[in-house]
Amino acid sequence: MAKIIVITSGKGGVGKTTTSASVSTGLAKRGHKTVVIDFDVGLRNLDLIMNCERRVVYDFVNVINEEATLNQALIKDKHVDDLFILPASQTRDKDALTQQGVERVLNELAERFEYIICDSPAGIEHGAQMALYYADEAIIVTNPEVSSVRDSDRILGILQSKSRRAEMGLDPVKEHLLLSRYNPARAETGEMLCVEDVKDILAIKLLGVIPESQTVLSASNQGVPVILDEVSDAGQAYQDAVDRLLGEEREHRFLEVEKKGFFKRMFRG
Amino acid sequence: MSFLDYFKTKKTNTASIAKERLQIIVAHERTKRDQPDYLPQLQQEILDVIRKYVPIDQDQVQVQLDNNGNCSVLELNVTLPD
Ligand SMILES: Nc1ncnc2c1ncn2[C@@H]1O[C@H](COP(=O)(O)OP(=O)(O)O)[C@@H](O)[C@H]1O
Ligand SMILES: [Mg+2]
Repeated sequence: MAKIIVITSGKGGVGKTTTSASVSTGLAKRGHKTVVIDFDVGLRNLDLIMNCERRVVYDFVNVINEEATLNQALIKDKHVDDLFILPASQTRDKDALTQQGVERVLNELAERFEYIICDSPAGIEHGAQMALYYADEAIIVTNPEVSSVRDSDRILGILQSKSRRAEMGLDPVKEHLLLSRYNPARAETGEMLCVEDVKDILAIKLLGVIPESQTVLSASNQGVPVILDEVSDAGQAYQDAVDRLLGEEREHRFLEVEKKGFFKRMFRG
Repeated sequence: MSFLDYFKTKKTNTASIAKERLQIIVAHERTKRDQPDYLPQLQQEILDVIRKYVPIDQDQVQVQLDNNGNCSVLELNVTLPD
């Protein structure tokens, strides 16, 4: 049985696409047949982050409209085996995603893949609702910042009332919190919401904390999902999150400022 | 807490303000989204009826539906001007 996981947030620019690329790459690296779908119709970006932008011929909307087959539209990932990308259309708008069309494509994908990762567009409108409707699990990407936390809570409300699982009275969508762009130094001085604050407010299980990291930008510059940068803090944090998603226990890392220097040690004890 | 932390906290602890504001707004929005879709219109129609007799403002009628297990209570709060 394939598992459908939506990467969502409400707010834009919080790290959904970065997370979709790394989580799907991480799952495939662990040997799971995975497909990642870009639901951000009109503003596709996942192709760039995964460095397959020049290989896009057909897209998700073409498949929905039966202008192309899945085989024609799926792009095999360059970095890891067992990973395919279904790109978004660049020329259509989000209304091109019909519920029946999305369902048909997901059913077809479910026959071939173990994990279907849905990279949601921002907002709480049609496009975002299509991305989360069929989800079994949801990764809520949140930044430690007031508007992002509030939007995450709104998306949780939608998952709990407007997803297929909610409408059909099935077990609820399993919710995971992924706190991203975390700056331990600023959290420590009380300038930024800390992990516990966000956990208290949203009250869902913490899947991982991804530090704010320069390596994310350089990874996206090169079109390599940051999880493949195995020495970087963000890459390791994503790897831990994927391991937890697969049910393994991993201690949370990168939550505190690295203690450096004699002076700091003296005063902090 | 160390000696240095004291000054740091004093200078920039805006996170606690953020947390408090979020807790309030999120709690408010959660009660709202659990309410049935007809509530805003119900509120508007009640407002219109009262306005036939007394001039009142939009925010002087509060309608809330509370769920107490086996029954729901529709709470109606109307503030009339002096
Ligand atoms: N952990 C991080 N550290 C630093 N920058 C990040 C991090 N995660 C995401 N970003 C940057 O934030 C921006 C938005 O990320 P993106 O994944 O496109 O967000 P979304 O898909 O939610 O709009 C990008 O420029 C990305 O490089
Ligand atoms: Mg995106």
